[in-house]
Amino acid sequence: MHGTSATARLHHPGRAGTVPLLLLGAGLLLFAFTLLDAAWRGNDTALANSRQLVAGLGLTDLALFTEARYTRHLSQADRHTPFQDHPLALDHFPSGSLVPPPQRLQQP
Amino acid sequence: MNHFVRRQRYLIDFTLASLGRRKGKNLGLLGVYTLIVFLLASVMLFSQSLRREAGLLLENAPEVVVQRMVAGRHDLIPVDYLERIGTLRGVVAKYGRLWGYFYDPAVQANYTLLVPRDRTINSGELIVGHGIARTRGLGTGDFISFRAASGTTFSFRVAEVLAADAELVSADLLLVNEADFRAFFGIAEGLYTDIALEVRNPKEVRTVAEKLTVLLPDTRPILREEILRTYDALFQWRQGIVFVLLAGSLLAFVIFAWDKASGLSAEEKREIGILKAIGWETGDVIRMKFWEGALVSLGAFLLGYLAAYGHVFIFDAALFAPVLKGWAVLYPQFHPQPFVDGLQVATLFFFTVFPYTVATVVPIWRAATTDPDAVMR
Repeated sequence: MHGTSATARLHHPGRAGTVPLLLLGAGLLLFAFTLLDAAWRGNDTALANSRQLVAGLGLTDLALFTEARYTRHLSQADRHTPFQDHPLALDHFPSGSLVPPPQRLQQP
Repeated sequence: MNHFVRRQRYLIDFTLASLGRRKGKNLGLLGVYTLIVFLLASVMLFSQSLRREAGLLLENAPEVVVQRMVAGRHDLIPVDYLERIGTLRGVVAKYGRLWGYFYDPAVQANYTLLVPRDRTINSGELIVGHGIARTRGLGTGDFISFRAASGTTFSFRVAEVLAADAELVSADLLLVNEADFRAFFGIAEGLYTDIALEVRNPKEVRTVAEKLTVLLPDTRPILREEILRTYDALFQWRQGIVFVLLAGSLLAFVIFAWDKASGLSAEEKREIGILKAIGWETGDVIRMKFWEGALVSLGAFLLGYLAAYGHVFIFDAALFAPVLKGWAVLYPQFHPQPFVDGLQVATLFFFTVFPYTVATVVPIWRAATTDPDAVMR
């Protein structure tokens, strides 16, 4: 009995890596799965309703930030809207700190 | 080949057993490393998904929107501007749009009121976005009242609720007919919010815009390509801001990882000395340490990336919602579509796995090339 297990150990010295390597393999498989999932689901079919609304209603912006009008309709805002209270008023909506002004307003 | 694979396998076994001897320290490192990858990957996947969605959705936005500017501010545009535009070459359709904002004190939310062109709405009825329906608890057939600009109360019957999966563009929309819109806001006939133009040939859009600025000097044309660029820049900017905010913790991690990977402890030095004394070659020691760096960083990358993928595309980026919401009461409930940019994932992989692996190998190479006796002392 003792001899057999010693031989087994000789043939498979230090199998400490089996479980971590299997986990790593599983991780790689899941990683490949995410890429397949993205290729499978990442298309515009799920957006069909939204695309239809945008085309039908002539919408210009996403309803992501509804707190202020210049963040609700980012692309339609003018230079003054973030400072609507008075010319030196600081923009006080949190979204304002996260959104840049429209690109065309950044041109001199 | 078989021999090479077996050799690497034994090295990996040895490396993992060696890592297991300092379990707490290495698991701690793996945890912090995974968290950093998770944060970076979440921001990256979320921004990329929103950017692609915005691009796909706004592809159908009007080609040109003409706004009238008075003293630098957007103003109502008279209907005769439509006639003044006349028959510009390339413009196949032109129409006035009516839309505006309404602040509802009952829930302290801003709504966007809009007159649709593609459907008829009866007087005294409205169609609500799913976000408003959810916030106000409305369903088809319910009534809702608003105080109009004149001070009188308008009561509307909800004729329809817009699709829930279109919330990203319609959460705060209220669709009413033209007569109700004008009466509600007190906007006289002959005035519109802005004018939209449809241009047949995309190459002609810029020329049309140039002609417009000459023809109507007090107006500003907004092109669809500018709208698309604005959203593209928005999500890049947002991603950039989060990365800047994360920079402090990133630097702390880099210092921590560099110190852990490049500073050899006395125990590790002794281990290398013993390995060399019992006949390991310098190459084997370096290979063993390479596997250590590669396994830790690859493990952290996979764990972090998979967690981020689940966070963004299964749990709808729940951790980011408070940041996006700001003070908004109406926030669209939407499910980000899994648009993954291979190049971005490759960049993330390179910048998370490669530096750590190199940082592990370099000091080992120095220690492994010295005399085992000197290393052990």
